[in-house]
Amino acid sequence: MELKMFILVLGLLVGSGSPDIGPNQGKCSDSLDPGPQDQGNHTLTPQSKKNFPVLSFGYDHVRLPFEISLWVLLASLMKLGFHMMPRLSSIVPESCLLIVVGLLVGGLMKLVAEVPPVLESKIFFLYLLPPIILDAGYFMPIRQFTENLGTILMFAVVGTLWNAFFVGGLLYGVCQFEGHRLVNVDLLSCLLFGSIISAVDPVAVLAVFEEIHINELLHILVFGESLLNDAVTVVLYHLFEEFSSVGTITVMDVFLGVVCFLVVSLGGIVVGAIYGLLAAFTSRFTSHTRVIEPLFVFVYSYMAYLSAEVFHLSGIMALIACGAVTRPYVEANISHKSHTTIKYFLKMWSSVSDTLIFIFLGVSTVAGPHEWNWIFVVATLILCLVARVLGVVGLTFVINKFRIVKLTSKDQFIIAYGGLRGAIAFSLVYLLNTDHFPKRNMFLTAIITVIFFTVFVQGMTIRPLVDLLAVKKKQETKRSINEEIHTQFLDHLLTGIEGICGHYGHHHWKDKLNRFNKKYVKKCLIAGERSKEPQLIAFYHKMEMKQAIELVESGGGSKLPSAVPSTVSMQNIQPKKSPQDRALPQLSKAREDEIRKILRTNLQKTRQRLRSYNRHTLIADPYEDGWNEILIKRKRMMELEKKISQMNNYLTVPAPAPDSPTIARARLASDPQAWGLKSLTESIPTIKVDLASPQSPESFNMVDEIGKKGSQSKASEEEDGLTMKVPSMTKPRKDKTANEDDDKEPQQRLMRCLSDPGPAGEEDEEDEPFLH
Amino acid sequence: MGSTNSTLLKIPNVEVLMQETGFSPAHIIRLHDRFKALDKEGRGHLCPQDFGAIKELAMNPIGDRIIGAFFSPGKETVDFDTFVKILAHFRPVDKDRPKELNSPEPINSRSNKLRFAFQLYDQDKDGKISRDELLQVLRAMLGMQVTEEQLESVADRTIQEADLDRDDAISFEEFRKSLEKINIDNLMSIRFLR
Repeated sequence: MELKMFILVLGLLVGSGSPDIGPNQGKCSDSLDPGPQDQGNHTLTPQSKKNFPVLSFGYDHVRLPFEISLWVLLASLMKLGFHMMPRLSSIVPESCLLIVVGLLVGGLMKLVAEVPPVLESKIFFLYLLPPIILDAGYFMPIRQFTENLGTILMFAVVGTLWNAFFVGGLLYGVCQFEGHRLVNVDLLSCLLFGSIISAVDPVAVLAVFEEIHINELLHILVFGESLLNDAVTVVLYHLFEEFSSVGTITVMDVFLGVVCFLVVSLGGIVVGAIYGLLAAFTSRFTSHTRVIEPLFVFVYSYMAYLSAEVFHLSGIMALIACGAVTRPYVEANISHKSHTTIKYFLKMWSSVSDTLIFIFLGVSTVAGPHEWNWIFVVATLILCLVARVLGVVGLTFVINKFRIVKLTSKDQFIIAYGGLRGAIAFSLVYLLNTDHFPKRNMFLTAIITVIFFTVFVQGMTIRPLVDLLAVKKKQETKRSINEEIHTQFLDHLLTGIEGICGHYGHHHWKDKLNRFNKKYVKKCLIAGERSKEPQLIAFYHKMEMKQAIELVESGGGSKLPSAVPSTVSMQNIQPKKSPQDRALPQLSKAREDEIRKILRTNLQKTRQRLRSYNRHTLIADPYEDGWNEILIKRKRMMELEKKISQMNNYLTVPAPAPDSPTIARARLASDPQAWGLKSLTESIPTIKVDLASPQSPESFNMVDEIGKKGSQSKASEEEDGLTMKVPSMTKPRKDKTANEDDDKEPQQRLMRCLSDPGPAGEEDEEDEPFLH
Repeated sequence: MGSTNSTLLKIPNVEVLMQETGFSPAHIIRLHDRFKALDKEGRGHLCPQDFGAIKELAMNPIGDRIIGAFFSPGKETVDFDTFVKILAHFRPVDKDRPKELNSPEPINSRSNKLRFAFQLYDQDKDGKISRDELLQVLRAMLGMQVTEEQLESVADRTIQEADLDRDDAISFEEFRKSLEKINIDNLMSIRFLR
């Protein structure tokens, strides 16, 4: 099926000719237009009136948007197609497949004697790159990033400089040495080429590393490096480009270059931070127009990027700074839905961009003017690899002296191996002026070769290598509230100890920043009450909300969600003592409706009145306002349970039913850090009346078993007197084995879901009635 | 070098101290200087007021607990030995140290670090963090910004998650287990003290 669609789309693309993305298209269509019109004028007057055209063909009118849409459609269909072939996509990373598709499309276009479009730099830098970087910046794990900032900066700045000069210098030497065709490649051109090719590319790194799920430290190191080296690349590029026209460099110029670097990087960050704060401030007032909240985040970030580009500052760093600064404040202000919207839009755009970039890379390879020179290309490739390895090893040696957690040689290998080059390098070369750089085409060919090599060879082999070397993978950690509390506690502890030692270290400054943040910044930027809410409480709220969603969704009335103040039902259940095992099935049938009714009435109280659909308002979010009540009810619920278990009068039943798909989706409703429960539902001594609902036939059987065992152990327990033995201790142990498989399955589903940045869509959970 | 040697000689039991804690002579001297700076009256030992004079501790939500950790139960003063030994907990872990079978665990091992942190929670020293102790810590950290009810909910939830043997308190083992995913070496080390 996909094959047919693919062919159809290809056919449309090829048939429509080269899209307007190429440089000359505009002129052609203009020159064509006056022609037929003239003829029409001449021939119109003497002829008789033509018939009124019922159906006419006016393609030029929609040419540009139509072709862009076709390309985007092609990219998305390709992505769909790859995921339908799991065997292929597990061996070959997606980026490789996309480049191959690009090659095919380009080849097809050439066959039809059309000019395939080249990845125009303007389009790349202005439209394709920002979504990817914004997505990366917005979801950047700040804590790990700042912990490793020194290392990342070393790799980004010193490493890139080393690479640039090493590759550039030695290439110059090779050119001089090999003589004949290469002798007119001067030093500056080589250095410029070196600086372009030495930068690790964030798009390629993201594309490959996301699939291998490597541990967070390595991921943040390579990824952070790829983002931060943009400043270095920008400066070196402009420096060498300027001076290639002049011809010579002086010491003054070098000094100015260093100053320029500081200005570019810090300036970019400042611009991004300013826009980020503006976005946060704006979001403070959006409580009445929730629909356009995501727009502010996107537009401010994009403006940050563009503003930085105006001054030739590092746009990437501006975007990252904007996303990172905006996030904590905006998230406190905006609604749950807007948060989801932002997340999915960013993922969607970055995914489409990423796909398009790789496809175009393939097409441009077929299209672009090439000049193949064996020596140059091979020398470039080898020098790049050697430079990377040497750079990483050398820098790690220095860095390890300052790190607490040292980088092992396995880590170093992965960092060196993960230095992929990509489309940014290609676009930068494409931007070069042919007058100043007569050998531009040769550079282009060399860059494409290096990109292909790194993406194909390194990209494909990194996964088996990671497995072979047994590099630590990303732990699917769900942070528990324990970890949160203890981490904060330890932070305070260390700040105190640093104070005692008289040493103003890392923790001291972090603490100062936090204090400043809490005192001044949060008050300005976060609306209303939330400004005083400590981070711990916000985290706790998130967890509770998720649990509430899960308990409610897991089969409607099969488990009493803790949101129910079941004073009524508890009182009714209490008097029933010994014939519980037999009463249980009866109880379930009778109780089910009553409990459902209780649920409906109680939970509906927390829902807002449904307003009619209006473009400017959204249906109010029930969770945001009513969940405090849920919390209180839950607490009361737990107290009741304790009382009841004390009286040895429990209706307990085994661990929860296996998660339905709605729960997996509910888990996805959290942010990517996947703060979640740590097998909580098994250990909470909640009273679950396991009813004979259709969704949990297994639990029903277990109920029978338990019932039988219950009567036996009941006797022994009653001999011991009233012991507060919480029920779920012994019983679920026996069926834990049975449940483990069930638990593993949703875990797997969850992991797969989590690894995917976002499924096609999430149902509007808040708007459906809580009970199905 | 002469001055450092003489300073070292002035400190009693320097050799034993260095061996137990693993600090280098330079560190011992630095800590000794700091000790003397804190000990404003020159008595040779510190009392709680000396600690209280440190500004950062006053602002710290758990400052008083930290100060309390330095004073062993019953003692009113802290001498240099104890001072150094407690700070030794925060040395970064030496991964290269050969594991000698009979020597006691180094002070800055992961489990000793955790034990130190645990003791800060467990003020009554009964080996468990009870719900009330947890509440106290939460109250100290979160201050006046949160209602009592919320604090109790958080405390309940925390205990539920960590409490495996259902005694409604967190023992050291449970504490250790709940933190197994966190890199304690990184989190509880001060680079300065390497």
